[in-house]
Amino acid sequence: MRRARWQEWLPPGLVILGAFVLWEGLVALLRIPVFILPGPTAVWAAYLKWQEAIWFNAAQTLYTTLVGFGLALAGGMGLGLAIGYSTLVYRALYPLLVAFNSVPKVAIVPVLVIWFGIGTIPAILTAFLISFFPIVVNVATGLATLEPELQDVLRSLGATKREIFLKIGIPRSLPYFFASLKVAVTLAFVGAVISETVAANRGIGYLMIAASSRFEVPLVFAGLVVVAAMGVALFVLFAVIERQLTGWAYRGQAL
Amino acid sequence: MTATATTTGSFVRLEHVSASYEHEGQLVAAVEDVTLAVPQGAFVAVTGPSGCGKTTLLKLLAGLLRPSRGEVRVGGVPVRGPQKNVGMAFQNPILLPWRRTLDNVLLPLEIVEPHKRRFRQQRAEYAERARALLASVGMDGFGQRHPWEMSGGQQQRVSLCRALIHQPELLLLDEPFGALDAFTREELWLVLQGLWLERRFTVFLVTHDLREAIFLADVVYVMSPRPGRVVYETAVPLGRPRSLEDTFTPPFTETYHAVRRHIGEGGGR
Repeated sequence: MRRARWQEWLPPGLVILGAFVLWEGLVALLRIPVFILPGPTAVWAAYLKWQEAIWFNAAQTLYTTLVGFGLALAGGMGLGLAIGYSTLVYRALYPLLVAFNSVPKVAIVPVLVIWFGIGTIPAILTAFLISFFPIVVNVATGLATLEPELQDVLRSLGATKREIFLKIGIPRSLPYFFASLKVAVTLAFVGAVISETVAANRGIGYLMIAASSRFEVPLVFAGLVVVAAMGVALFVLFAVIERQLTGWAYRGQAL
Repeated sequence: MTATATTTGSFVRLEHVSASYEHEGQLVAAVEDVTLAVPQGAFVAVTGPSGCGKTTLLKLLAGLLRPSRGEVRVGGVPVRGPQKNVGMAFQNPILLPWRRTLDNVLLPLEIVEPHKRRFRQQRAEYAERARALLASVGMDGFGQRHPWEMSGGQQQRVSLCRALIHQPELLLLDEPFGALDAFTREELWLVLQGLWLERRFTVFLVTHDLREAIFLADVVYVMSPRPGRVVYETAVPLGRPRSLEDTFTPPFTETYHAVRRHIGEGGGR
């Protein structure tokens, strides 16, 4: 039943490797200058050279991302459950939420800087704002799509609304919740890096802006690759947690 | 034919019950002026063409729906909402997919008093009871399966166990075997009959399978097309326990023909 491990890891590994080879090949073949598009080897060299600075800044980005994401997780779960629980709350809040989500988050960063100054807090808040919405919507959707038949089973036993919510509402919405976490955590990275490129003196976004102003393009790319790698790592982490906790939704099949 | 004509002293009583539901802004009469009585421990079946309000009748008994006129009583008490002495099984098993079989069967005990109060302390005892019940329907050793790892027939057996775990006095069945193949269905008739003979709860079965109704029930009611009214009532002249062979005997076929003649009768008023 279970597929061998190599079948799970080999195809994506080969694709990533192939992409790097293609990238290096094109850069060499077309003789693209390093300050326009550096090849993977040049990026790797820049990474080795600036390793310490990259990880110093990456740690900051990871920190702001995770704090912002943590806030989004708690707030999103809470609001999502509230919206899913009560149609009144749903009707009252949904239009505002949609309007709020339509606002480009880059446009908010300068405002946040006026309020909180340059640095950590605007990055955390941007990460929070951008990853909050998908969690709310998914949790609320999970609750809203609760099958009436499932509710009838509990109602015929005299279950209260709260019991129905606890026994079937929450378990039923967990797969939706975890699906949204995988999206939200990568979005949180986007938010943190956006904020850092606009107003910060630490973080991968700041590093990339500083490097590009000095035409250290390989370093810019090294920063990008590190952000991407951290995003993938967190995605995988949540995919594993998801599989552990809501394996039933996938009927035991590996993802 | 008049076996249950008197409604006094019966366990389940419907008196001049009418009920309607709203559909696209209009009130649709689902059942009209239904009066019937079921003595404690009896097995009755209600049958009729589709859309005759059979399921509405069950919802009235389960307390999921209030009658617009008349009164529904279970155990002498007017039904005003869901009750703890009622178990219900539906056409689809509707097991909770995140729970294993055993935890699905235990679900009512987490909700119905007095079990709810004791559930944490006596979980082991309750689990033992659930395992015994599963074994009695031929599901020994299936406790740790997830619903999707079982066939439709197996899931329906689990659903029956869930409806019975809190030892309800009244079992409501809404076409419980309708989605199963003919052989599995007949197998489950025997399983249900076995459980009923052993425990003697009152059963109210809704089905459009006439053979099922006659094979299982003491009394069969036939309802007219919407708005549903009881147009025929007959006691099944077969002893217990019944075997599948009984379905080929003259009393069975005679009853079948009599019931069949009344299907579709009295529609449109």
